Amino acid sequence: MTGQDGQGAYGRVRRKEDARFIRGRGTFVDDIQLPGMLHGAILRSPVPHARIVAIDTTAAEAHPRVEAVITGQALAELGLAWMPTISQDAQAVLATDKVRFQGQEVAFVVAQDRYSARDALELIHVEYEPLPVVVDAQLALAPGAPVIRDDLPGKTTNHIFDWEAGDKAATDEAFAAADVVVSQDMLYPRSHPAPLETCGMVAEMDPVSGKLTVWSTSQAPHAHRTIFALVAGLPEHKIRVVSPDIGGGFGNKAPIYPGYICAIAGSITTGRPVKWVEDRSENLMSGSFARDYHMRGEIAATADGRVLGLRATVLADHGAFNATAQPTKYPAGFFHIFTGSYDLQAAHCQVTAVYTNKAPGGVAYSCSFRITEAVYLVERMMDVLAREIGMDPAELRMKNLLRPEQFPYTTPSGWEYDSGDYPRALALAMEIAGYGELRREQAAKREHGEYMGIGISFFTEGVGAGPRAQMDILGLGMADGASLRVHPTGTAILGVSCQTQGQGHETTFAQIVAHELGLSPDDVEVVHGDTDRTPYGLGTYGSRSTPVSGAAAAMVARKVRERARIVASAMLEVAPGDLEWADGNWRVRGDPDQAKGIAEIAMAAHSSLELPAEVEGHLDAEVVYNPPNLTFPFGAYICVTDVDAGTGQVTVRRFIAVDDCGVQINPMIVEGQVHGGLADGIGMALMQVIAFDSGGNCLGGSFMDYLLPTSVECPSWELGQTVTPSPHHPIGAKGIGESATVGSPAAIVNSVMDALAPFGVRHADMPLTPANVWSAIQGRRLRTDLAFT
Amino acid sequence: MQITVTVNDVAFTREVEPRLLLIHFLRDDLGLTGSHWGCDTSNCGACVVWLDETPVKSCTVLAAMADGRRVFTVEGLERGGRLDPVQEGFARCHGLQCGFCTPGMMLTARWLLDHNPDPSAEQIREALSGQVCRCTGYENIVRSVRWAAGQGVAVRGSPAEAGGSAEAGGSAEAGGSAETDGEAPA
Repeated sequence: MTGQDGQGAYGRVRRKEDARFIRGRGTFVDDIQLPGMLHGAILRSPVPHARIVAIDTTAAEAHPRVEAVITGQALAELGLAWMPTISQDAQAVLATDKVRFQGQEVAFVVAQDRYSARDALELIHVEYEPLPVVVDAQLALAPGAPVIRDDLPGKTTNHIFDWEAGDKAATDEAFAAADVVVSQDMLYPRSHPAPLETCGMVAEMDPVSGKLTVWSTSQAPHAHRTIFALVAGLPEHKIRVVSPDIGGGFGNKAPIYPGYICAIAGSITTGRPVKWVEDRSENLMSGSFARDYHMRGEIAATADGRVLGLRATVLADHGAFNATAQPTKYPAGFFHIFTGSYDLQAAHCQVTAVYTNKAPGGVAYSCSFRITEAVYLVERMMDVLAREIGMDPAELRMKNLLRPEQFPYTTPSGWEYDSGDYPRALALAMEIAGYGELRREQAAKREHGEYMGIGISFFTEGVGAGPRAQMDILGLGMADGASLRVHPTGTAILGVSCQTQGQGHETTFAQIVAHELGLSPDDVEVVHGDTDRTPYGLGTYGSRSTPVSGAAAAMVARKVRERARIVASAMLEVAPGDLEWADGNWRVRGDPDQAKGIAEIAMAAHSSLELPAEVEGHLDAEVVYNPPNLTFPFGAYICVTDVDAGTGQVTVRRFIAVDDCGVQINPMIVEGQVHGGLADGIGMALMQVIAFDSGGNCLGGSFMDYLLPTSVECPSWELGQTVTPSPHHPIGAKGIGESATVGSPAAIVNSVMDALAPFGVRHADMPLTPANVWSAIQGRRLRTDLAFT
Repeated sequence: MQITVTVNDVAFTREVEPRLLLIHFLRDDLGLTGSHWGCDTSNCGACVVWLDETPVKSCTVLAAMADGRRVFTVEGLERGGRLDPVQEGFARCHGLQCGFCTPGMMLTARWLLDHNPDPSAEQIREALSGQVCRCTGYENIVRSVRWAAGQGVAVRGSPAEAGGSAEAGGSAEAGGSAETDGEAPA
């Protein structure tokens, strides 16, 4: 296994992970069977808002195969009824006072088998006293709205926070000076990542050693270990979190869920291992959702299309508990990157968050901490403006994109973009698409009543959170460690804190180390997902693995390389300064035959060779990488749709994606990440929504109702790439995991709105289902988040 | 009740509850965890196995319904140390990421190739449209199946009678580098 010529170990190498997966030999949480293991199941509330009057567990406890029934009351006696969320709110593990959303956790049954645990749930009788419900964020702050969080001292409204960024006065000035001002209301509806594997855990508390081991669907095993220690009061060194193979995460597996705490409590109570795996409805109804941003965008420009300013006003629905995952200083995540890829003078955004009787969560689903919402807002506004002033949307973007010479560029809301060549990316996308020809085809088709749309989106993400001084999750700084052990025979084991959910870390991180040390990726084993075997770090989400842990891997390999230089100097009897690193060897300058590779050096480092004072022996090293800034991948997307005006059916005919994620370690994996994100874009733009009825019932509780894109909704993706290295990342990489999910929904919606222009339709909210598109053509706008009857 | 099911050519006799689902029988009773459970509603296809000669969603088949019948799972694809071309194709063309949908996808793909040795991209998409992958956006799954089609018949035996010619059909689009076959079109 070697890389392409001239690229060292980088390149299209096949994945190490695949050997087990193609044979059905992966190990997912539900595959784990331990001797004496019991099975847990959660009783969930059928009502969205009610006071709990009484819970009778007698009949369930009498079930012959039930080992324990745990209620909120029982957890309260252990101090475990509530847990902190990653937004420093409190969330009920099992409800004690009220239930606050449909699907909330009420009781936990531990039984001898999976089916008996489910049977026993039906034997628990809960008496609920129903309370008024609010699931419409726009009514949550209305006078008289039911107060959901009366558990919080002094809380008399559903208000969570107000937050703003940018310069309000400068923005007001820019708007006052503008020839054109356009505004548009838009909803980024509640969505759900729906990884194919649901969340679960096997918890085993060893009553003798006092050590708790959990096998968990966790994207962030180290952070979870710390949170378990804080919640349960267990000493952290007595907790081991193992993330085995993870069947997709997309943010859904970043938070701590009540089920995890229940599994742990179940094992502590019974003294036996307990497995809890949620079913699909539980995953969709109670797991961390995404988006739910009600936004108003306002854009100011000159008559000839020079954008001057941007405003965003957001009402954010956070559900019943504020459990969004984002760095503490940024309650709206990175939404304030909303000026996107454009050179404008002034911008201001304001976000208000509210509680509703809906599941908690918030930042999940490959969104780069709310950059998805931000990109959607600015890219919709660019199209709205283009239509207002009668300019082609590609021309408008080209006119306003940041120019290469402006980097590093500081945005009006305070971000410093590291590098980019935006016009080149857009030009390449237009070239691949055949943009001019598409416009001609569109005009011809409109002549005879066929409606095709061409939609563009240009996005800039900020990923790789993040610099410790500015970014933390629950007080934990966002730096990542890496350890590297080099064996005497020259093979190596890399330990990293991040956790793959399909991204191929076992392959790409081996390539990074191999590239730095002149080894083959086959000679580097990557260990991850086990807190006892890897250094500390905050996990995989927000496209941070390559930007942070990948940087740590490169840095620890370089540290090993420097140690090797000193050992090599002893071997070759020259000064370290006389050696140069070339072709995977430390070589004597001017005498290339005198050279030592890592394997030879490693053996010497473990031998009785007398070594210089700087090295004690061995080559092993450990580092912590604290990123100096985020990295800023970007891309230009073009979507071609055909819309049936009679039925409202949208077909995505073509999708062109030009991405720039800096230096690519494995282009095959990069392309795969983009493909997957583009399919997510189709899901969000056209199909997926977690809506509610007026009674607070979740209408997206199964895959019968929550529609995911399949192979027939997705076109054959057309990819292109540019490479603009990050100047501050050790290998110039920027991260790619979420780019396509962030960038694609706006391109699809812009395309459909472009198709519908002849009907005078300027905006309709996602998902653009046939019913929604048909209604828009009829001049009616639907609230896609509600189904009030 | 007692049932006997032949799984990957091995007969298993077990005492089961009549309500036991086939997916749980395979995973929990027989320890064949390669088939996955994903949705409960026959929508995702992570649980696809063959019942006799037909792919089924084993989350909505009772174990009792498999009594006296043959079940074929992902664990049976590799024969005598030789990977099925479908397995090889998925690895070569990056047809999987998290690996959770992969067993079900490969079993449907094997069935398709047994019945249509040279399917077009559209036919592959249609055949897999009852299954969900959340990672790959399907493009590389289609390429994987096309690659496998170019390798000819499966190692497990001859194609079913309904499938026409047993000859290797068509040439795979992907044939590029020695390392992988997942070149981007652009």
